[in-house]
Amino acid sequence: MAEAHPVGFQWVVEAKRRGARIVHIDPRFTRTSALAHEFMSVRAGTDIALLGGLINYVLTHERDFRDYVTAYTNAGAILREEFADTEDLDGLFSGFDPDTGSYDVASWAYENVPDVSPAVGKERWVEPTNRGPSVGGRRDDEAATVEQFGSGGATVGGKPKVDPTLQHPRCVYQVLKRHFARYTPAAVAEICGVDIEQFLDVARAITENSGRERTTAWVYSVGWTQHTVGAQNIRSASILQLLLGNIGRPGGGILALRGHASIQGSTDVPTLFNLLPGYLPMPDAHRHPDIDSYVRADEGRIGFWGNIRAYAVSLLKAYWGDHATAANDFRYDHLPRLTGDHGTYQTVRDQLAGRGKGYFLAGENPAVGSANGKLQRLGMANLEWLVVRDMRLIESATFWKDGPEIDTGELDTERIGTEVFFLPAASHAEKDGTFTNTQRLLQWHEKAVEPPEEARSDLWFYYHLGRIIREKLADSTDPRDLPVQELTWSYPTEGPHAEPSAQAVLAEMSGFGPDGPLSGYPQLRADGSTSSGCWIYCGVYADGHNQAANRQPYSEQSWVAPGWAWAWPDNRRILYNRASADPQGRPWSERKRYLWWDEEQRRWAGPDRPDFEAEKPPDFQPEPNATAQDGLAGDEPFIMQADGKGWLFAPAGLLDGPLPTHYEPVESPVPNSLYGQQENPIFRPYQHAGNRYHPIDSDVYPYVFTTYRLTEHHTAGGMSRMLPYLSELQPEFFCEVSPALARERGLRHLGWATIVSARSAIEARVMVTDRIRPLRVRGRVVHQVGLPYHWGTNGLSIGDAANDLLPIALEPNVDIQESKAATCDIRPGRRPRGRALPELVRTYRRRAGIERSDS
Amino acid sequence: MTSTGYSSPQARMGFFTDTSVCIGCKACEVACKEWNAVPAGDGPGTDAAAGMDLLGMSYDNTGGLDANTWRHVAFIEQHVPAAAEPSAPVQAGPATAEDLGMPTVGAPRQGDAQENAGVRWLMSSDVCKHCTHAACLDVCPTGALFRTEFDTVVVQEDICNGCGYCVPACPYGVIGKREGDGRAFKCTLCYDRLGSGLQPACATACPTESIQYGELDELRARAEARRRELHDAGVTEARLYGEDPDDGVGGDGAFFLLLDEPEVYGLPPDPVVTTRDLPAMWRMAALSAAGVVAALVGSLLGRR
Repeated sequence: MAEAHPVGFQWVVEAKRRGARIVHIDPRFTRTSALAHEFMSVRAGTDIALLGGLINYVLTHERDFRDYVTAYTNAGAILREEFADTEDLDGLFSGFDPDTGSYDVASWAYENVPDVSPAVGKERWVEPTNRGPSVGGRRDDEAATVEQFGSGGATVGGKPKVDPTLQHPRCVYQVLKRHFARYTPAAVAEICGVDIEQFLDVARAITENSGRERTTAWVYSVGWTQHTVGAQNIRSASILQLLLGNIGRPGGGILALRGHASIQGSTDVPTLFNLLPGYLPMPDAHRHPDIDSYVRADEGRIGFWGNIRAYAVSLLKAYWGDHATAANDFRYDHLPRLTGDHGTYQTVRDQLAGRGKGYFLAGENPAVGSANGKLQRLGMANLEWLVVRDMRLIESATFWKDGPEIDTGELDTERIGTEVFFLPAASHAEKDGTFTNTQRLLQWHEKAVEPPEEARSDLWFYYHLGRIIREKLADSTDPRDLPVQELTWSYPTEGPHAEPSAQAVLAEMSGFGPDGPLSGYPQLRADGSTSSGCWIYCGVYADGHNQAANRQPYSEQSWVAPGWAWAWPDNRRILYNRASADPQGRPWSERKRYLWWDEEQRRWAGPDRPDFEAEKPPDFQPEPNATAQDGLAGDEPFIMQADGKGWLFAPAGLLDGPLPTHYEPVESPVPNSLYGQQENPIFRPYQHAGNRYHPIDSDVYPYVFTTYRLTEHHTAGGMSRMLPYLSELQPEFFCEVSPALARERGLRHLGWATIVSARSAIEARVMVTDRIRPLRVRGRVVHQVGLPYHWGTNGLSIGDAANDLLPIALEPNVDIQESKAATCDIRPGRRPRGRALPELVRTYRRRAGIERSDS
Repeated sequence: MTSTGYSSPQARMGFFTDTSVCIGCKACEVACKEWNAVPAGDGPGTDAAAGMDLLGMSYDNTGGLDANTWRHVAFIEQHVPAAAEPSAPVQAGPATAEDLGMPTVGAPRQGDAQENAGVRWLMSSDVCKHCTHAACLDVCPTGALFRTEFDTVVVQEDICNGCGYCVPACPYGVIGKREGDGRAFKCTLCYDRLGSGLQPACATACPTESIQYGELDELRARAEARRRELHDAGVTEARLYGEDPDDGVGGDGAFFLLLDEPEVYGLPPDPVVTTRDLPAMWRMAALSAAGVVAALVGSLLGRR
């Protein structure tokens, strides 16, 4: 966190000053470790083993916050008789179909509750063997569907039967206990390479610091998600935090630190192919022909997600204004539809196959930043046109003349047909707008200076691009142009370049009703009387005032600081904060007092906005067939869930299991210690001659490597490697190795090393440091190589791109690549040049037995 | 009248750099260069690659303070006994076996002796000390170096003639001559910001309040409280450096809380103003000269 998020780390330092104990868990010793009380080194890619060990510790020693767990989680829910756990099936859950390599999730549902979740995964098609040769791909109903539950959580058919004593053998609590029983301290030590005593010490620290009087927070950076078990890593933390009563309470929670400024904003108002603003799913071309089918699965369910129609109609009204009426389904037909996976790695696959013609890169440098950079570059070389909008000439804009493949002869500038347009972009200081941070705070920033020369803001670019396209299509009678013709696309502009008003856009996202600006999402209606471009942002422009620009000093308000910027939804600072009070509405303890039921005022009181209906009393019981928020009882804090509970066990919504299970990374130095199943059984392989996977426990690729960031540089380097003041601080690509590995491989401090995988070979200066430690795993020493991934061929600080080594292996739920754990070889000296480079890589593949004649 | 001889209602201003909360982000280095327009690398007119070297000194690629580096973050990697193995021998470095409250790496228990050592990573942002008795100022023949109303020591670029006397005079090796320019440059404690009521750029950018700016007396009290707090928490290695008005430079206007001996951070353990003995030397020289004259006169008289 100190390494990649130094500004946010000030709050950790402040917490430390106030007595908090800081534990840092990471494969490498970082700036964070330097300030932590304790550093625990783990093998990259073994997080579920570690977290499972902590969960097991909590359950074995009965250190869970039982009153919280019983009241607010689904611990007592009874599961179906046909459910079988990984304990029974050696690492698989019930419903696994070896022919399709996917799960039928029906048996994971609650007993006596109809299974209404969409049939995600049922018809998924994956190669018969995970590593077999074939062209991948999947059906259109498989396109990262799970991500689309973002706002609401998956649908379940109702509230389950519950055993409040948690004794029923098929209740979630007992299933959980059995599932994690084998995650013993000894198993954790063996898999993760940690010291047993240190692990137990951390387990004690966490449990002693959780419960009625105290809370513990988990903070992770996105590296945690970049695994073939990425979603399940986060699930593991959620289970632990729910068991310890650390969700919805001050000082608790799971805090995700994200890679870019406002990456949170870019998923809220999404750049993801499968989402619409506010985590509404993108409609499917076949399953959602009209708005009724689109909302059917969720409309009328319990919880606030039951209002999905109001959110969707308000979005359509924001898009198409007066053209959207009840009679025409609010122009639902104007929305684009999913016909399959259009994620970034599938897009590259389509480019390689000649199916992708054009490509927009906005602030993205895949030639350096994405896994298997070579495939990214080969894909871009196979386009008709490419638009790069960035501040500087990044590698993705110049690969056609100076990329690594030009040197190796794999690409020839003369033969690349891609027409590249470089359009300079304005930086955040050169435009108005918001940053949305991990606490969901929208913070307004003002333009400080005009962008230089031809540089323009993204808003300027897309607004005027849309304007020009609309002008071109103005006279068209082709019905397919109607969605563009009817779009609401008028924003006030200002200045010599006709810069559109960012405030006007924010006001549109916030939304309007018959009486003007809306003050919050509960005002949204399904009858077309309201519009809101992003329902979770509804109210950011309440009273016609830019709430994101609020800057009330901390000295003039409560410690929760509601007057600083604006948090979605509804300016709530802690989500699910109803859980900070007990079922009767009293704070769990005076020390952790946050929200409580004020009997005199007949409403919830506290320093934050209640993430609950403000006037719903704790003893409220819903009518039998009540829906949406009316179906939630007064003591059900998880208001977006269809049963109002925090899910220890996920009865729906995940493709790869209702509980996290330790699988080894796709490339691992060891077999799975816990199960016969080695890797995530439904991870999404990417079959391509340039994307071979290494064998497990390979002598040819014996070392683990992990990629990461340094404070001095920013992700793929476009914003730092071009700047002298930052470049001189980390002037060159380097790899970090332990003294032991340096001895073993003859690597010299500040000398050169070549790092080889089946995808590529790169060179780096060697940094020998005790901060990288060999680990003892399954009785033998496992060395890890650390690779900061910021470098490329352009700019002042240059070097090979570490991500070129990575395979593309995708997580099945959200399609994220496994970029934090893979294997490699490392040897002294510089890498070969020209054609000798791919030849070296091929030699390695032959030795490992993964070179085939088709490649 | 202050100990520096300055007479002003303005209190003496300075830095307290608490290295125990430094995270080594180098924001101070960058903010300093941005605000003061200090050139990158080895300066203008030099090879673009100059000053862009990987130094191999942990994450420090700056090296030290000079004309083009007015804040410098040092990174020191040390072996310390692993927490799990308190009896493991100290491998290197001056760290002691005491529990400093700093993290240690849990080592694989079956590893060889070398692997059983933990690691400690010290970070510290160094800067001009703005000495009470500033030798650079004493030796400057042009008056380019002067003491400001904030009791800080500043070089006036337009007066400096590049004689370079100040460079060897500094007991900390802070000030340097800029290649291709010839004049001497160093931290001004952002003199141009102080006059407008702003903090120095480095202190403004520091995310963890490792760099604190304020009235020196208040900073000294704050630093002593912090030192005690750390000692109470078992970090008995914490010590202040440069806060003592009775030291060899009369106390620093920019002082530090360190977690190890000053030498570990590249700081002199007992700095002395290099002009301290000048008066005595001149007295001695005068005495000697008088003796020579007396002898000469005597010998001339004796001839008579």
